[in-house]
Amino acid sequence: MNSLDRPSQSSAPAIHTTAIQAEQVCRHYSMGETLIRAVDGVTLTVRAGEFVALLGSSGSGKSSVLNLIAGLDRPTSGSVIVQERDLAQLSREELARYRLHTVGMVFQSFNLIASMTLAENVELPMRFAEVDRGKRDSLAREALMRVGLQARMNHRPSELSGGEQQRAALARALINRPQLLLADEPTGNLDSHTGTEIMNMVREFNQQLGMTVVMVTHERALAERYAQRLIFLADGKLVGDEPNLPAVNVGSHHARPDGERP
Amino acid sequence: MKLPDLTELALRNLRESLLRNSLTTIGISVGVASLVAMLSLGIGLQQLASRRLMKSGLFDTVVVTSRRDLRNFGRDEERSGPAPAESRILDEPTRLEIERLPNVLEAYPDIRFITELRYEDKPHLTMVAALPSSAQSNDAFETVQGHFFSSDMAPEAILQKAFAEELLGKTPRPGLDETNVAELAPPLLGKELTMRYAQREAQQTAPSKTANDNSTSPADQSLAGAAYSVVSRELKLKIVGVADLDPESMRGPTRARVFLPLGLAETLHVMQPTDLRELSRAASDQPVYSSVSVRVKNPSQVLTVENAIKKMGFNTFSILDASRSIQQFFKVLDVFLGIFGSLALAVACIGIVNTLVMAILERRREIGIMKAIGASDGDVKKLFFAEAGAMGILGGIVGVALGWAIGQVINLGTNVYLKRQSFPPEHFWAVPWWLVGFAILFSFGVSLISGLYPAGRAARLDPVQALRYE
Repeated sequence: MNSLDRPSQSSAPAIHTTAIQAEQVCRHYSMGETLIRAVDGVTLTVRAGEFVALLGSSGSGKSSVLNLIAGLDRPTSGSVIVQERDLAQLSREELARYRLHTVGMVFQSFNLIASMTLAENVELPMRFAEVDRGKRDSLAREALMRVGLQARMNHRPSELSGGEQQRAALARALINRPQLLLADEPTGNLDSHTGTEIMNMVREFNQQLGMTVVMVTHERALAERYAQRLIFLADGKLVGDEPNLPAVNVGSHHARPDGERP
Repeated sequence: MKLPDLTELALRNLRESLLRNSLTTIGISVGVASLVAMLSLGIGLQQLASRRLMKSGLFDTVVVTSRRDLRNFGRDEERSGPAPAESRILDEPTRLEIERLPNVLEAYPDIRFITELRYEDKPHLTMVAALPSSAQSNDAFETVQGHFFSSDMAPEAILQKAFAEELLGKTPRPGLDETNVAELAPPLLGKELTMRYAQREAQQTAPSKTANDNSTSPADQSLAGAAYSVVSRELKLKIVGVADLDPESMRGPTRARVFLPLGLAETLHVMQPTDLRELSRAASDQPVYSSVSVRVKNPSQVLTVENAIKKMGFNTFSILDASRSIQQFFKVLDVFLGIFGSLALAVACIGIVNTLVMAILERRREIGIMKAIGASDGDVKKLFFAEAGAMGILGGIVGVALGWAIGQVINLGTNVYLKRQSFPPEHFWAVPWWLVGFAILFSFGVSLISGLYPAGRAARLDPVQALRYE
């Protein structure tokens, strides 16, 4: 009934399938004469359907890693392979298509377009995907209904609370049914109550739709509560990668009814 | 992204910064208006010239001249056939040959000369031309006061209106074209006019020949071609008509103000300017004409008849040639007016570039968001193009309306001035439908070109950079 219940790929991805494979990824910027190593030789693997948190202080390179996975940026060296495609090898056009169909993104500052209503914001990715005009309306309505914003459809973002905006951003991120949900400090601008609300939704998508979630955060408590795995970054390097058992157990209830655990 | 979506988003974005985009669009409108105003002035003047040309009543006539004649009418005429030196002479057999061509009504020699006419003992120097009797059916002589020549040999004259005014001592006031021919005619009709002219006379013929004597033998003519003397003659003419011919219109290559019957004029052997040049030609036993006027059955056949005569080895000139060169002139004029008109549009284009570059700065984040959620470089580029194009089309439509309005105002103003100066009103301004379409499309096109740089810049925007700053 709900379109979001029918992701384009199988809703029960095999847990062993690799969703993201980063190999010795570097991202260096030169700022004046100094070279900034935002990401410095990171190697990590995220399995399909996994909920991973990237943790680190500000400037640790966690957002840069997320941008590389999102196809918003290209690595200086190394490779980022998502669903068997090396993002570094894709053309700009192919990267855009990848962002459109494979990735859904939510940001700390929501990043809704201020001049558009919620419905229009949610509809926008479908315009880029050239979805039929007739279908778009009902799909956008369904998506907003799912995040509980059906009454706010025709409001502009400025008329809404932060929590509502982030919910709308979630609806937008999921509208093209991506397999990958990337969240960059999704609760950073929200109070703890609303933050929990949003995180519960993210977990719901992860568990019900089998979406792979990579969340960047600096709040360890939040990560421990929701993520199945915690990856620690410092100075652009990977400094820790550990499973988060409590979340895994909660998650296994839905995502892995067989109880299989690595 | 599909076109309807692009258009919708573009219009939405334009509405978002309404003032700035309106100002830019007004800039385009002013540019288009100036272009439309300039071009419609050019077109209007061209139509004015064409209307005048059509009034001349020459559109069923082809004027034929020999290629030996250096004074050709068609300067850029295609030179097919024999070279000027060997080309044929325009004589009586040739005239008959031309007359036998299909679709030709008649071919008559052009006889015209400047001479002195005395009316009530006052001399008047003017151009006299011969008219064939067929001219009676010509539109131009429809409004003649009095009557046409009683016969082709009658010593009668028809006056052009301006000459009639001159004879009556009325100085025509500039622009006051309202003098009625009907008022001019009664005091002149039936009056006598003495024409003094120079007769070309063969040297060995008897000097007792009168002007009306048309028994010139072929032998005389052959001698006349070789050597002749010039004798001063006088001929009394009766004014039978006053014609309302437009003095500015082109009746043949030169304008005449007094007309004689052709038959009479041929017998006069009036010394013509071309006679001196004939001296250098081989003596012929036939009269040689400087030009022959050919009347065609139907104006649409002018071109075919012209081509047939050209094939015979003569130069031709018709209203088609005249309008062709006029059209060429106006094409050049239009280009110049267009360039001047485009200057304002060029300035407007810089306005578009400026507005869109500002929009990129303002909407940097928005572009970043669009890219993050899947917009391709092409989508962003097309969106900016669509915005530029929308401004172009809107500006074009408003501009055409504005240009048309400017034209109307100037037309009105000019005509008020003309009326005060006692000139008849004229229509200088014309905005044809093709110009409306062209102006809007042109505005759309240059707006798109103006959008090239901003759209490219927006498309290249790095989404990470664009999203980094709050």
